[in-house]
Amino acid sequence: MNNLIHRDAPDGELSSSNHGQPKKPLPAWGPAAAGNDARQEKLPGNAQTDGAAQPGEGVAKTVVSGPIADPIVRARNVYLYYGNAAALTDVTMDIPRGQVTALIGPSGCGKSTFLRCLNRMNDLIDNVRTTGRIELDDQDILDPTVDVIDLRRRVGMVFQKPTPFPKTIYENVAYGLRIAGIRKKSVLDEVVETSIKRAALWDEVKDRLHDSAMGLSGGQHQRLCIARSIAVDPEIILMDEPCSALDPRSTTRIEELIGELRGDYTIVIVTHNMQQAARVSDYTAFLYEGVLIEFSDTTRLFTTPAVRETEDYITGRFG
Amino acid sequence: MKRQRGFWQKGEPFVWATGAALAVTLSLTVLLLAVVSWNGLGVPWPKPLALVELNDGSQLLGQHVETESDAAAGVQRVKFNVANREEGAAFVWIDQSQIRIQSLPADAMVVERETNLNYHGFLDELVTPGLDVVPDGSVRDRLAAALDAVRSRTRVEVAPLKKQEETISRELNDTVKYQKVEVEYRAKLLARASREGTDESRLLADQLRTLEARESELKQRAFQITQERTGLESALRENVAVFRNAAGQQRPIALVDIVRFHCPNQMGFLAKCGHYTMKVWQLLADDPREANQDGGLRPAIFGTVLLVFLMAIACFPLGVLSGIYLGEYARDGLLVRLVRVAVNNLAGIPSIVYGIFGLGFFIYLIGGSLDQWFFPARVDAGEPVFGRGCILWASLTLGLLTIPVVIVSTEEALRAIPRGVSEGSYALGATKFQTLRRVLLPMASPGMMTGFILAMARAAGEVAPLMITGAAKSAPIPVSGEFPFVHLDRQFMHLGFHIFDISCKSPNVEATKPMVYVTTMLLLLIVIAMTSIAIYFRNRMRTRYQIRSI
Repeated sequence: MNNLIHRDAPDGELSSSNHGQPKKPLPAWGPAAAGNDARQEKLPGNAQTDGAAQPGEGVAKTVVSGPIADPIVRARNVYLYYGNAAALTDVTMDIPRGQVTALIGPSGCGKSTFLRCLNRMNDLIDNVRTTGRIELDDQDILDPTVDVIDLRRRVGMVFQKPTPFPKTIYENVAYGLRIAGIRKKSVLDEVVETSIKRAALWDEVKDRLHDSAMGLSGGQHQRLCIARSIAVDPEIILMDEPCSALDPRSTTRIEELIGELRGDYTIVIVTHNMQQAARVSDYTAFLYEGVLIEFSDTTRLFTTPAVRETEDYITGRFG
Repeated sequence: MKRQRGFWQKGEPFVWATGAALAVTLSLTVLLLAVVSWNGLGVPWPKPLALVELNDGSQLLGQHVETESDAAAGVQRVKFNVANREEGAAFVWIDQSQIRIQSLPADAMVVERETNLNYHGFLDELVTPGLDVVPDGSVRDRLAAALDAVRSRTRVEVAPLKKQEETISRELNDTVKYQKVEVEYRAKLLARASREGTDESRLLADQLRTLEARESELKQRAFQITQERTGLESALRENVAVFRNAAGQQRPIALVDIVRFHCPNQMGFLAKCGHYTMKVWQLLADDPREANQDGGLRPAIFGTVLLVFLMAIACFPLGVLSGIYLGEYARDGLLVRLVRVAVNNLAGIPSIVYGIFGLGFFIYLIGGSLDQWFFPARVDAGEPVFGRGCILWASLTLGLLTIPVVIVSTEEALRAIPRGVSEGSYALGATKFQTLRRVLLPMASPGMMTGFILAMARAAGEVAPLMITGAAKSAPIPVSGEFPFVHLDRQFMHLGFHIFDISCKSPNVEATKPMVYVTTMLLLLIVIAMTSIAIYFRNRMRTRYQIRSI
């Protein structure tokens, strides 16, 4: 893999080895991105390593601000195709343990797709093919022999639209435990209570745990879904635009909650809202058209972005 | 230009069109219900019995049925139900101009009889040699008392004998007869294998002799009991009530033949209500009489409900499982799409085609094979068990007919669930089965119930396939106190078939017309009742598993 493949080598080894489709060159990056040369000069200087020399180690083609000490997930050269169309191209990144990592980028850039790779939710879609390696604690989770059920217990997920089950609040939170075969009432009671408390929902629902969850508000639904994920004690919680269907007040609560969960859980959050990414995350990754453009700690990415595209995107000049 | 947009583009005429279309369909439905219930509900109500004197001096005693005006001839004609079938036509048309006087004599009586339907006349006297009836009181009171006395004598003396006869005939016709069939068949097999004279054939011959002895013994006993009973009955038959018709002819009617009587012209409103209730009860609880022209509908009601019930047991699990496979497991491809098209088209096949299929597949192939394997003797004797129309095959045929509806609605219900819900379950580490069982199926259950309701409503009203697969003009209810309690190998009565039978196949179409309406109304009521129950459960599921859009 050579670096900067995303813009300079549309017909490089990538396309010939994988799907034989000529890769489209990136479009112009808005009005400011007039010159290709400027960016080409800028990028190699900021890249941490030269990807062509060390594929699979560190990062290739992506601008990364610094090595991550103890990553919980190492994604290496991940490609994902819907049929013949590539949705992710050579994504390589480390996700730091116990931190909040935000994935930003314009619609359709593959950030949700990448998120769904981490608990293999893409398996549910027909005609999806994933290559590369995603290691969760040294185990390649893309390996077909991996127990997906077990993986999903370790990597929980919260969706864009809150999806409470048509059950009681209690049963919603206990769902993950029940399907895992836990029937003991004392265990269930305890886990349900701590999970709801951790999701900052306890005071609102403690008197109606056995009422239908459908009666809660949208923001409460989302916190219920977070409580539901926490209940199975995952290591990672994936959040796919968790606030995009919520009002500002509920959004604030969820953001506070993310802050409270940091440290105990590794959180990967996809968001369209750059302020939100800046507020809640420790690290931020910017993706465009299936390619990871830049990945660094949030402060640096938002204050001194290394790549022109990132800057254009976060300043709103494009996307 | 501007006005045109205001009128046409606002869609005002379209609103009218949609509203009018709805109004038309609604009023047609209401009209249907009104016609059926108007004609049906009035049937048990006692109608006045008019004594009509005609210009030529003749008299008749009848209940007004309808008036028809013949515009061409300029006359009005009235139809009377004069009953008394043994004296001539039960329904007569009289020109309005022919009627001289019409009165409502208080003592005119409608007598419901076991045979020949109703009798209209006046009670002259009672001849009760074998009964001690109090001689005082009005003739009517004495008739009532005499009827009670005859009935209690029948109950005490005749009924036990009848019961014995039934027991014997059941043993004769079910047990002994089929044992004989079995033994004879085995003997025949031996004979065919030319192994007569062996121990086995001697044993069979012994058995046959025992059975024949038992048979003749039973027949002997039955004969004795029958004789005893007819003796008692003919003694009871000597108790008669002598009636006189409008023309003054006397007619004695045996008290045992009288089901009940009433004098409609002197009944008050409450009495009429009582009579109405009693007739409705009779309709629900009695067996039909006189080739379905009179009496109750109990076996038909029971048969209809049992049929739909069996149909549901057969088709609902199968349909739901197929729907789940199509909706959840099958990968979308050409084959699955073809299957889906085929399932949808299955719902459009005429029901008589299913009937023919049921006859060919269930009765001849499956039933025939079952008989070949398990009851070869019965086949040999020409009395198949499952190889003929019965409630089992009829309900399976109906199940086949309604299964597409269940499949389609199950699949649709599963597809209507937002994808996020199942993903939410998978994300918690649930397997596909756990997701289906704990989340998707409960959420889809109201939709499945809708399919179930449609299937039930269709099955309850379907007649054509039943005519070929087991509905009978007259049959006892297929449930008894004997093992296996529900006799799936029996023929059954069905309200829909009953309507067809009494409206088209009856010897006396005019007389059964009220029954047609009553039966139709009852069929409608049963369908509505069954679907209402299902709708109630569906609504409960809906509130329980509501999917709120967020």
